[in-house]
Amino acid sequence: MDGYNEFVKEFANKIFQALIKDDRFTYLVKGLRMSIGITLAAAFLGIFLGLLVAICKLRGKGVLAALANGYITIIRGTPTVVQLTVIYFVILSHSGLPDFVVATIAFAINSGAYVAEIIRAGITAVDRGQMEAGRSLGLSYSHTMRYIIIPQALKNVLPALGNEFIVLLKETSVAGYIGTQDLNKGGLQVASITYDFMVPALCAAYLYLMLTTSMASGLNRLERRMHRSD
Amino acid sequence: MIKVNNLHKCFGALEVLKGIDASISKGEVVCVIGPSGSGKSTFLRCLNLLEEPTKGEIFLDGISITDHKKDIDKLRQKAGMVFQQFNLFPNLTVIENIMLAPRKVLRMSEADARKRAEDLLTRVNLSEKADQYPNRLSGGQKQRVAIARALAMNPQVMLFDEPTSALDPEMVGEVLEVMKDLAKSGMTMVVVTHEMGFAREVADRVFYMDEGVIYEEGTPEQIFRNPQKTRTREFLSKVL
Repeated sequence: MDGYNEFVKEFANKIFQALIKDDRFTYLVKGLRMSIGITLAAAFLGIFLGLLVAICKLRGKGVLAALANGYITIIRGTPTVVQLTVIYFVILSHSGLPDFVVATIAFAINSGAYVAEIIRAGITAVDRGQMEAGRSLGLSYSHTMRYIIIPQALKNVLPALGNEFIVLLKETSVAGYIGTQDLNKGGLQVASITYDFMVPALCAAYLYLMLTTSMASGLNRLERRMHRSD
Repeated sequence: MIKVNNLHKCFGALEVLKGIDASISKGEVVCVIGPSGSGKSTFLRCLNLLEEPTKGEIFLDGISITDHKKDIDKLRQKAGMVFQQFNLFPNLTVIENIMLAPRKVLRMSEADARKRAEDLLTRVNLSEKADQYPNRLSGGQKQRVAIARALAMNPQVMLFDEPTSALDPEMVGEVLEVMKDLAKSGMTMVVVTHEMGFAREVADRVFYMDEGVIYEEGTPEQIFRNPQKTRTREFLSKVL
């Protein structure tokens, strides 16, 4: 029994040290906010970038398609943390932008490549009769894309897109590498004060899990709503 | 209204249209019949450049559409198209399907476009379906919406690509009824069809296509009662 009491006492002390003393939980809260912010902004930018790249690739020939292909190959073929390093320490090293802005840009560029491939697949899956029907009414290619094809494509690929954004959230945990105070970094900072990793690391893990599961259920709801027209 | 000179269309090495000459005047209803693979649909799709002709000229309302590919969106407004597979937009309600092109292409106001769409829905007897999504409709209803959608652009000619071929037999009648009304109203129509009864009753002229050319043409009377050429006779003996 003594051993058990010892354990409980030590554990309570660890929690106190990691979270309560000197308001250390604020490291995690600030980190959480940063991670959510970067993910939302990068996902938003990533969709636009992905759409643009997907359409460049679909329109086939020429410089734009080649650029789109090159971009996708490079992003999908290199680790996220390396991309972040290159963008922060090489490409934007003299930009003077705050680290979290650079992180957002890097994750948007990263996510855009995956989103592009997802959306391209979604657009290809829309029946080609839809494009013909739009064009036969006198709608331009871009109008038909915007009002007919892309809404259907997005609906088709919503589960895959949701998955990508969940992956993106998890990927943002490497943002600490360039000094961004994200959730993982928040945990690490607490640990560097208390010399104990257990509580802050588990807390960070728990918060990531809460975020990903609520994203998953939010997506489920959205999917159900978008299937009204079926 | 439509003039076609020496129209050729190749898909790779396969020559589907081998020189078509035709002239269709305003208000005329032309039915195009013939065996599958004879190029009927390709011919029709060339008329609004859904297929790009390999060679030849097409005039729509006096303007060469083969010379004005840049203005194709404008030219396509003159020719409404109805597809075998309906191709309604599943992400839009029935009335939104009809309103989209008038709103975006003709830049009509919301109210005007809605008014026009409602009138057209009444014309095809589907006013009560305005706010449904297409997937809730039967095939016959879908095709009637598709006709209304094409008419919303006030086209000068309507092209029908086997409009009843994907329908259950009991729904063919309602679609043909709408097309007959349209013909009576003086619309210029080109109809690719397997409905010989419709062709006989409604058409002013019938094109019999075979092997990529208009093999024989004439009034329904001439084609159905008294075909002049062997292959026309053979085909009709199979389908009548």
